[in-house]
Amino acid sequence: MKNDIILAGVGGQGILTIATIIGDAAAKAGLYLKQAEVHGMSQRGGDVQSNLRLSTEPIYSDLIREGEADMIISMEPMEALRYVACLHQNGQVITSSTPFKNIPNYPDELSLMQELNALPNVTALPIEDMAKDGGFAKSANVVLLGMAARHLGVLSVEQLRESIARVFASKGETVVEANLQAFELGVKAAE
Amino acid sequence: MGDEAIALGAIDAGISGVYAYPGTPSTEITEFIQKYAPEVRSRWCSNEKTAMEAALGMSYAGKRALVCMKHVGMNVAADAFVNSAITGVNGGVVVLAADDPSMHSSQNEQDSRFYGRFAMIPILEPSSQQEAYDMMSYAFDLSEKMRVPVLMRVVTRLAHSRAGVATKAPIAQNGLNPETERTHWVLLPGNARRQYASLVGKQSDFEASAESSPYNTFAGNMGEAKLGIVACGIAYNYVMENIGAKSDIAVLKVSQYPLPEAQIKALAARCESIMVAEDGQPFAEELVAGMVGCDYPLLGRLTGNLPRMGELTPDCVGKALGKEGAKPYGTAQNVVARPPALCQGCGHRDVYNALNKVAAEYPDARIFGDIGCYTLGALPPFRAIDSCVDMGASITMAKGAADAGVFPAIAVIGDSTFTHSGMTGLLDAVNDNANITVIISDNLTTAMTGGQDSAGTNKFEAICLGLGVEPEHVKVVVPIAKNMEEITRIIREEIEYKGVSVIIPRRECIQTLNRKLRQKRANK
Repeated sequence: MKNDIILAGVGGQGILTIATIIGDAAAKAGLYLKQAEVHGMSQRGGDVQSNLRLSTEPIYSDLIREGEADMIISMEPMEALRYVACLHQNGQVITSSTPFKNIPNYPDELSLMQELNALPNVTALPIEDMAKDGGFAKSANVVLLGMAARHLGVLSVEQLRESIARVFASKGETVVEANLQAFELGVKAAE
Repeated sequence: MGDEAIALGAIDAGISGVYAYPGTPSTEITEFIQKYAPEVRSRWCSNEKTAMEAALGMSYAGKRALVCMKHVGMNVAADAFVNSAITGVNGGVVVLAADDPSMHSSQNEQDSRFYGRFAMIPILEPSSQQEAYDMMSYAFDLSEKMRVPVLMRVVTRLAHSRAGVATKAPIAQNGLNPETERTHWVLLPGNARRQYASLVGKQSDFEASAESSPYNTFAGNMGEAKLGIVACGIAYNYVMENIGAKSDIAVLKVSQYPLPEAQIKALAARCESIMVAEDGQPFAEELVAGMVGCDYPLLGRLTGNLPRMGELTPDCVGKALGKEGAKPYGTAQNVVARPPALCQGCGHRDVYNALNKVAAEYPDARIFGDIGCYTLGALPPFRAIDSCVDMGASITMAKGAADAGVFPAIAVIGDSTFTHSGMTGLLDAVNDNANITVIISDNLTTAMTGGQDSAGTNKFEAICLGLGVEPEHVKVVVPIAKNMEEITRIIREEIEYKGVSVIIPRRECIQTLNRKLRQKRANK
């Protein structure tokens, strides 16, 4: 059993933290994992993406083949669309619905959302507002992870919860608690 | 992460020092060693050449040293690197070059394997994070056995990709055991000829080692096959992803060079054609062509079966094997590029605002840029620089252009890039009394690669004065909006001064500053 995930967003939005949490859970569960990311220039407000592959069998390639991603998890709607060519026929798109406009030629929002929603398996929610209203504004990325949780297949929701506690442990109990709440909000919202 | 596997492999192989200049995608190797191995000397070097030379000195003293750099760093280190193959080594030396095919954050995609062949030394190219870890101790053993430096070449996809790695028991560092044989190390022509002859003589040992290497192995179909693939380094993964473990295609995985000629000829003999899959330039393909003869059907980047440039992907390798994937959803319409930009609040922004304002008054002005975050000043909204070539080229190109009559000729260079390769150029400009204005945009860190210490911090005025810039033409400003009038006035004055002037806008990188503030809050 495998799960090939494209993580997408804009530099600084926290997609690598999502990768760290899933990676920690996968390692704990004894799964094979490969996670390719590109750092450097992309830290500075450019698009960032990571190929995250989980499997019960050994994995060869660090990159996911086109048309074979089981899921796109994106912190930004246009960034989700950027990778639809990678998506499998039955693939899920879990994304923030709030555009991040740091470029002058950002596409028309309505057409963008129409194109996104035309895909069969899309969950798009305003995660930043949800996180702000919940009192954990900095954890929008973990809300998104919560939305994706039940589609991960090779990992259970409970395993992810435990990872969140481990990954944020060094930042203190308040931070762990806020992120667990953010995660639950995401899980419930996607039901 | 691949870089971390390399670092841990080197620590466990008993290195006494890592010598490096930051460069994507190699930076995390040294950062990991700095964080987890305080017993290993690990401070950043001024550039790749000083790094290579210091490593050679440590080797001379009998200890193991690792040198890390991005591919273009090999150009800077080349003098020391090539000659270290002539002197040979005492303690093991591994040179790690991280190539960047597809130029994710580089100005070219040169393939470091050419440097290894040029210097006539063994090259290792891991295909996975586990191999990267395992190969480090293998590389140091090989270096000490053959008494030459060993080049390890990785690519971005390995350096910046994570996977689980099983570690081995670490071995102790070598004791101090300085070399006593002077003739190996004093490369006067008489000695150098003997040493070069010795290096030429070792080539058959290197070849024998590659033929029997645990990292060069056959996979897939072991009998007669229509197609055989020579899969180098990480290309092996893309091949296997497409063909699976049980395939009618024969595969030779190559992770140690010189290319194992006997193995390649054996593969050719039982296959009807051969494809060479390699990330980077067609280095192996040209050599394999020479081994199998010009009539043998060979497929690869040169024949167009694989793309001539750019990194390999499972998709392009699949296509070359006739296995094109389905794209059920095609490519989206409402997507535009999102290029990186200078951070909000970054001091470079204020520098470019001021510079653009003054440059607008001089229609013939040319602004020569350099390598760093501030290269992003080439993009909108600034569009402020006219060139960016290699580390330090801003100052020397401005000088050459001024020599030719360009006025005003302005150089913009960062603090770390200035101490890497800008200082010698500034000395040239001073000695020639070139009419240039140099802006050293000092953010107190090597920001582009994530905020490493910068070699010249707190020393820039002294360096410029020491190189002979007139004291009244070394000016320091603080690049914030409210100082705009002062900054533009100073730029104007220094452009009008007929000679070398240096303006140093100094303000800490916003990323480093924020990180320090967060750290402070966390410690409270």
